[in-house]
Amino acid sequence: MQTPLLLDIAADACPDRISLGSRDGGFDFDSYRARATQVAAWLVKKDKTNTAFLGMNGNALPVLLFASGMAGTPFIPLNYRLADAELNKLVARAAPAILVVDDEMVQRIVPADDIELIARSEFEAAFMAGDRPEKIELPETENDIAVLLFTSGTTGEPKAAVLRHANLTSYVMSTVEFLGAGEDEAALVCVPSYHIAGISAVLTAAYGGRRMVYLPAFTPEEWVATAAAEGITHAMVVPTMLDRILDVMEKTGETLPALRALSYGGGKMPEPVIARALTMLPHVAFVNAYGLTETSSTIALLGADDHRAAFASDDPVVRRRIASVGQPLPTIELDIRREDGTPCGPGEQGEIHVRGEQVSGEYLHKKAIADDGWFATNDAGWLDDGGYLFVDGRLDDVIVRGGENISPGEIEDMLRSFDDIADCAVLGIPCVEWGEKVVAVIVSRSGNPDTDSIAAAIRAKLRSTKTPEQWHHRDELPYNETGKLLRRVLKAELVKAAEQD
Amino acid sequence: MDLKPGSRWKSAVCDAQLVVVRPPKAVGELQCGGKNVLPIDDAATASGTIDPEYAEGVLIGKRYFDEDSGLEVLGAKAGKGSLAFNGTAMAIKGAKPLPASD
Repeated sequence: MQTPLLLDIAADACPDRISLGSRDGGFDFDSYRARATQVAAWLVKKDKTNTAFLGMNGNALPVLLFASGMAGTPFIPLNYRLADAELNKLVARAAPAILVVDDEMVQRIVPADDIELIARSEFEAAFMAGDRPEKIELPETENDIAVLLFTSGTTGEPKAAVLRHANLTSYVMSTVEFLGAGEDEAALVCVPSYHIAGISAVLTAAYGGRRMVYLPAFTPEEWVATAAAEGITHAMVVPTMLDRILDVMEKTGETLPALRALSYGGGKMPEPVIARALTMLPHVAFVNAYGLTETSSTIALLGADDHRAAFASDDPVVRRRIASVGQPLPTIELDIRREDGTPCGPGEQGEIHVRGEQVSGEYLHKKAIADDGWFATNDAGWLDDGGYLFVDGRLDDVIVRGGENISPGEIEDMLRSFDDIADCAVLGIPCVEWGEKVVAVIVSRSGNPDTDSIAAAIRAKLRSTKTPEQWHHRDELPYNETGKLLRRVLKAELVKAAEQD
Repeated sequence: MDLKPGSRWKSAVCDAQLVVVRPPKAVGELQCGGKNVLPIDDAATASGTIDPEYAEGVLIGKRYFDEDSGLEVLGAKAGKGSLAFNGTAMAIKGAKPLPASD
């Protein structure tokens, strides 16, 4: 099944419903589809292998995504935050391609024979302006690759994750009810197009019949203002965005009464932030979603009822679930396995493995999925007795100190419970005596943190091996724009500093 | 009848439109209102009467499945006829929708 079908059946069922942009002046589903078919016919004529996009969020993006599916060309969204040299390497890997690029970014691209550049303004003038164009009937395509996403590549060259039409449509159809959204609903999308959530948002909104409003790029002020002005009912944010959104709401007094559901994912949510959100937005259903690029987005989620139950509970087991990612989707099989492949028991940490139709587990020219369909996520995690999944971060981030596996997450959670610690990261750096030692990098509110008493508290609650042996102070920690802590950047700095000592 | 995933069909006797989500493992005919369905682009318009045995209706957004063959279809447009595969009535899939996560 091809992804454009999701838009096609929605447009047949409710052609007049507004799908993209404001309720006044936005595109209805009929217009959305007609524009996508026009773009697709143009792509077919261009006859390039791939369709690439470099730019900020906007209505051109979903139109181009569906059009590339209709034309049978894999869609490749590129990360505009990369340095020019890195960006051009990816452009070269996307060739031969049509590249639609924001006008301000055109000069960043080194001209090449098999890359045809189209400026965003030119594209929008041709396809996004004016009245609804004619819908063009296109022949069926056989190409089964829908999207190629370059993963952030924290080690070595970025890998091109392959998402097939079958993976994405399976995800959408098993998690979203067709036209399940009411006509008054609207989703605010602020994750960039080169993030899996930016792709799945387009597909689920179309199939669900939900109007979609884009934020070109995230700022908390714009987010709150747009959510209020557009009557936004649904949105997805990454953890670093939520705290800043709450700050703005506090300052402006905005309460976002129309907002019904807020999902978050893409990194660990500090507990004080979600607790604050639950208090400030009592009318909102919170969903914590866990997923990977290679799994077509969400594979486990903690729903609204679980959030409230955990938040209200005195039972430490239930209370703790506020920090979990909930339970696997009904269409996903999930196992925790030891290094030797045997299954872990409840509470025992191992590697998270998943299987299901939405799981691609595939990179260009390299399959990373086992013959029996299981995909090793490289994420460390464990299940509690009730089947709630706790994710402890990348397996590579686990600190091995004197043969003991130590998860940074547990120590970081504890550090965050101190009022003076605004942000923190716990890492392992090489050490002669233990192989690795535990190092904490903290951002202090007072500027004068009492690390001795914090260390004593950790020693008392966790144990001495988990107590940071070294403390570093920073004004802020490095994050990428989707809220992922850049641990390797931090670690490289610390290792270098240690070597110079 | 080639019921491949993503293929689109319409009822011969009512307004229902269907999309195949999962193909059947066995050869057979998808029926609506007691008559074989037609490809979505077939020129014929709905006519004739709905067999009262198959008149419970198709709902938009609901999924219907045939246990034995594994066939699963989505109601893309509602209609008065109900679905069958080779004469066996198809059942409605009662999956609870999940909260939006992206």
